[in-house]
Amino acid sequence: MTTTTQTEAGRPTLGARYATFLSRHSSLMPTFAAIVILIVLLVGAQFAFGNFITPRNLSALLLNNAYLLILAVGLTFVILTGGIDLSVGSVMAFTGILCAKLLAEGLPAIVAIPLMLLGGAAIGLLIGVLVHYFDVQPFIASLAGLFLARGLAFVVSLSSIRVEDPAVLWLQRTRLTVGDWYLTPTGILALLIVAIGVFVTQWTRFGRTIYAIGGNEQSARLMGLPVARTKILVYVISGVCGGLAGLVLTAYSGAGYPLNGVGTELDAIAAVVIGGTLLTGGSGYVIGSMIGVLVYGVIKTIIAFMGAEQSWTRIIIGGLLLVFIVVQRFIVTRSDRRR
Amino acid sequence: MKKLVTHRLFWPVAALLALIVVNTIARPQFISITVRDGQLYGALIDILRNSAPLMLVALGMTIVIATRGIDLSVGAIMAVSGAVALTIIDTSGDPGSGATVAVALLVGILVALVLGVWNGFLIAVLGIQPIIATLVLMLAGRGVALLITDGFITTVTSAPYKFIATGYVIGLPFALFISIAAIAVIALLERRTALGVLTESVGINPEASRLAGVRARGIVFGAYAASGVLAGMAGVLYSSNIMAADANAAGLYIELYAILAVVLGGTSLMGGKFTIAGTVVGVLTIQTLESTILFLGVPSAQAPVFFAAVVIVVVLVQSPRLHRFARGLIASRRSGGGGPSTPAPTPSTTTEPTKAEAVR
Repeated sequence: MTTTTQTEAGRPTLGARYATFLSRHSSLMPTFAAIVILIVLLVGAQFAFGNFITPRNLSALLLNNAYLLILAVGLTFVILTGGIDLSVGSVMAFTGILCAKLLAEGLPAIVAIPLMLLGGAAIGLLIGVLVHYFDVQPFIASLAGLFLARGLAFVVSLSSIRVEDPAVLWLQRTRLTVGDWYLTPTGILALLIVAIGVFVTQWTRFGRTIYAIGGNEQSARLMGLPVARTKILVYVISGVCGGLAGLVLTAYSGAGYPLNGVGTELDAIAAVVIGGTLLTGGSGYVIGSMIGVLVYGVIKTIIAFMGAEQSWTRIIIGGLLLVFIVVQRFIVTRSDRRR
Repeated sequence: MKKLVTHRLFWPVAALLALIVVNTIARPQFISITVRDGQLYGALIDILRNSAPLMLVALGMTIVIATRGIDLSVGAIMAVSGAVALTIIDTSGDPGSGATVAVALLVGILVALVLGVWNGFLIAVLGIQPIIATLVLMLAGRGVALLITDGFITTVTSAPYKFIATGYVIGLPFALFISIAAIAVIALLERRTALGVLTESVGINPEASRLAGVRARGIVFGAYAASGVLAGMAGVLYSSNIMAADANAAGLYIELYAILAVVLGGTSLMGGKFTIAGTVVGVLTIQTLESTILFLGVPSAQAPVFFAAVVIVVVLVQSPRLHRFARGLIASRRSGGGGPSTPAPTPSTTTEPTKAEAVR
């Protein structure tokens, strides 16, 4: 079709091409915007501090935010179906302390880690069943999950438990170095989760079903797509990601602590939204969530560099979130009008 | 009798009464109220006094939810208003004077109003989803509160300010009067004027009510502004109770408890019909439950498990699917053993796709 318009009307102008690109890939726009913000932040910080873009700094970025990255990938699945999962931070705290407790009781890591993943999956399953079979709003169902996981974390232990297990600590201490760059097993795990997330959402039937449900659940059901299975599975995936994040955080901090991750669910939601995923569902990318987490991590690093109060992190993240939702709102209105 | 059981407040009130009865059996002193120095003391009085901040926040939340919205930022607004009020008292020359406290109160609540108006602007004017619009303030608000207090927990000593949360008037806690005043004002505005009906119509169908000439935008705007003011008052109460502005702990999770209170009271999160009496009962239920959990010797940190169980039970009881199932069960029993004559419950939506899959 493009070839015919080209032969009839000559070469399309740059503006026309831009408009065509915009209309065809409008769902990509917010993610592009996030990439632009990330680059602007990095370059700006480099100019301001002179020593910001260093291999050391960028490697630390992945290491420090590995748990958030894993949570954000799981959450992206849920948000793409049009749901929300408030429980991720608490699930991370619960599985983390559970892992530390099991290890302290003398269980080998090979048993403790599957158990914590199972714990996360169970809470995800509970939320999914409430959402799908009992028509509970995702917000309320995952709120129950949040309370449950946070309370269970304190049931496991009221105080923090140190982790001595070499296998878990290995995840954090090992550094694969190339020059000044380094990568820890936790970082590799996080990148692996992102890769799996991208693959599943973009190239599998399950992934397409997720987008279909987010677009219009009724239509997806009428098309004969397995709505029930998919909707429950996304919450289970989010729960398992919570479990994995718990493992990573436990390795990172060397201890399980029941108060870990208070408010992390908000950071994860903010990262997903900044990465360009629409909260109404049906539009967004796992890779965008990764960008969102990196934006978040870079802002934290910049604030640490400036020596400013950590309170500014929250304010800036809030402000960025606002900018992005206004941009998203604009895009949604435009595509609605076109329809 | 049937009328009583089908009344929409029946189950919330029954739950509250059941809790009180169980408590009284477990510890008879629970129900007793003693008079000391002309002031009333007792577990029930404590529950009424401690429930004041949650009551204020939950009232605002009820109105917001009635417009089919949600306000996640109330906890952050509490933190900000408390921080503002205490900072004003802290920096003034005379923290004990009534004028200072009055100024602090006024400014603290005014700041909360501004934040509520900001939420209203995002939601009613820009048309952003309520969850996400209020999430912005929920994230940024505590940062602002931390900035105001410089990252410290500001503590002050000011007798008149302390009176707000812990003082007594004619033998009853002053905080109780604040709750009652707020309930009365909201109930009069929403139930004795057309405002309540208009709010419900906006919640049921914003587009239809706009076409019918209801100023949907203004009503939504007002709901968030009211929620902000009430949260501001709650923040002042909270900071007055502990006489400190703690930007991280003030109002932590209160938005979730407020939503739970509204749902416990029987207001649907889908918007539309709302009940203020139900919310009041819901708040008291939560506060009683909390007191019960503490009495049982459960560390307060573990209390969320109980609340999770309550949330799950409540949403299951409200679930339309469970109602259909129960109706089907009752109908089949009446017809004698459940023959095919009973109207089959609506085929569950989940079996449909599987059938379709088999066909495919």
